[in-house]
Amino acid sequence: MSAGVSIVGAGLSKFGRQPDKTGRDLALDAIAAALADAGLAWTDVQVAFGGSDGSGLADTLVADLGLTGIPFTNVKNGCATGGSALMSAVNAIRSGAAEIALAVGFDKHPRGAFDPRPEDWGLPAGYGEAGLMVTTQFFAIKIARYAREHGISRRTLAAVAEKAYRNGALNPNAWRRDPISAEEIAASDMVHDPLTRFMFCSPGEGGAAVVVASEAVAARLGRAVSLLGAASRTRRFGSFEVFSPSIQGSGRPSSVSADAAAAAFAAAGVTPDEVDVAQLQDTESGAEIMHLAECGFCKDGEQEAMIAAGETEIGGRLPVNTDGGCIANGEPIGASGLRQVHEIVTQLRGEAGARQVAGARIGFTHVYGAPGISACTVLGR
Amino acid sequence: MGRSLTGSRCRHCGNVAFPAARGCQSCGRSDQETLELGTRGTVWGYTVQRFAPKSPPYVVPEGGFVPFAVGYVELPEGVKVEAVLECTDFAELDGAAPVTLVATQPVPRFATEAARAAGLAGAAS
Repeated sequence: MSAGVSIVGAGLSKFGRQPDKTGRDLALDAIAAALADAGLAWTDVQVAFGGSDGSGLADTLVADLGLTGIPFTNVKNGCATGGSALMSAVNAIRSGAAEIALAVGFDKHPRGAFDPRPEDWGLPAGYGEAGLMVTTQFFAIKIARYAREHGISRRTLAAVAEKAYRNGALNPNAWRRDPISAEEIAASDMVHDPLTRFMFCSPGEGGAAVVVASEAVAARLGRAVSLLGAASRTRRFGSFEVFSPSIQGSGRPSSVSADAAAAAFAAAGVTPDEVDVAQLQDTESGAEIMHLAECGFCKDGEQEAMIAAGETEIGGRLPVNTDGGCIANGEPIGASGLRQVHEIVTQLRGEAGARQVAGARIGFTHVYGAPGISACTVLGR
Repeated sequence: MGRSLTGSRCRHCGNVAFPAARGCQSCGRSDQETLELGTRGTVWGYTVQRFAPKSPPYVVPEGGFVPFAVGYVELPEGVKVEAVLECTDFAELDGAAPVTLVATQPVPRFATEAARAAGLAGAAS
């Protein structure tokens, strides 16, 4: 990466149901936490980017932050909203346009949220009438095929969710803090074969914010984490995404996550085997398993043995989703990508408490969003 | 209504799309011709919708909701088309099962041999 960029502050609101707070409140909580973490004030921020999927426009937050006149751009990129906002903030620093930039993502989804309309996805109304406008069908079809091709067992799907709840129990900010056994997860209601209810994340509530800065500013503030590489991508030809009436091309679908991860690693000059702790999009158990391979951490099918050996646990070779991921924190769409970055920053600083990965020096984040967006970062201490 | 799905083929690179596309996802050219797709294919991947989707937009069939399979059918042209899959047992759909188009509206619907033999298929067409 050319001009050095550092993360100087990261903050979260509380995650999980908060009836007394609006989505904007959660964003303001996260920004206050990130600025306090950096030792900065809102008046120090020179440019900002942010968004939510369903909780309003980020640029309206200035009404409560202070009308400083800075450029504030709204971002709306599905589950990758936070990642896209961060990329924009990073590019603002790299270009020299600013020395201190803020990225924020937030959402407050009610229970059972996500009512996609066929017309918004370029599909005839018949897809809704026939019962195909159900987001989770996509994830199930993808992991069902993958599991058959590469020998991923239902026991392994349950083990991934079990780890998420166990890590969530160690994270004071998580929504789901009660461990659930793999047996109970496997025995919960089948939603879409092979995925059961407890293997999915739920629409949730939360805000996350990250402050990035030039190396000069980072040196002055201290406690900075270096952004070694970052990349965002949209899907290439042949990808398989939610609400696709077809998958074009022949052979294996392309993967936007693989493209974004490879670009982030190349920019960082780091290889996946050097990563000490990773955050991978875990919309459901299967997604974490497939993203391990798509992001370059293993070959297809190796996850079965990796997970059985505990390699993705805290204390294992490559701890994944140490904060409990989307499964334990819920999915406030706009916030999740920056929550992931917050966790890696916390781990690399050695401030993760009961869930700390000993000696973590290099971390990785991966967010994936519909319809085929991914943003990845490689962070270093 | 003819019993085939209408897609398109790119006159520049030959890529086949469903539904018919204005521009080619593979090469970006706009010169597309319509194409009637083959009516037999194999199941590429599927899941089972175990709960009734939210209504609206879902229209509950007469007699009430029953779990149904949804997935992608790989057609001879290479494109994989999302469809409701008719079968007598979900296990019939495993392992690139051959299926035949039985309806095109409101969404593509394919059936296994067993479902067609049992007279289940195409009831919704």
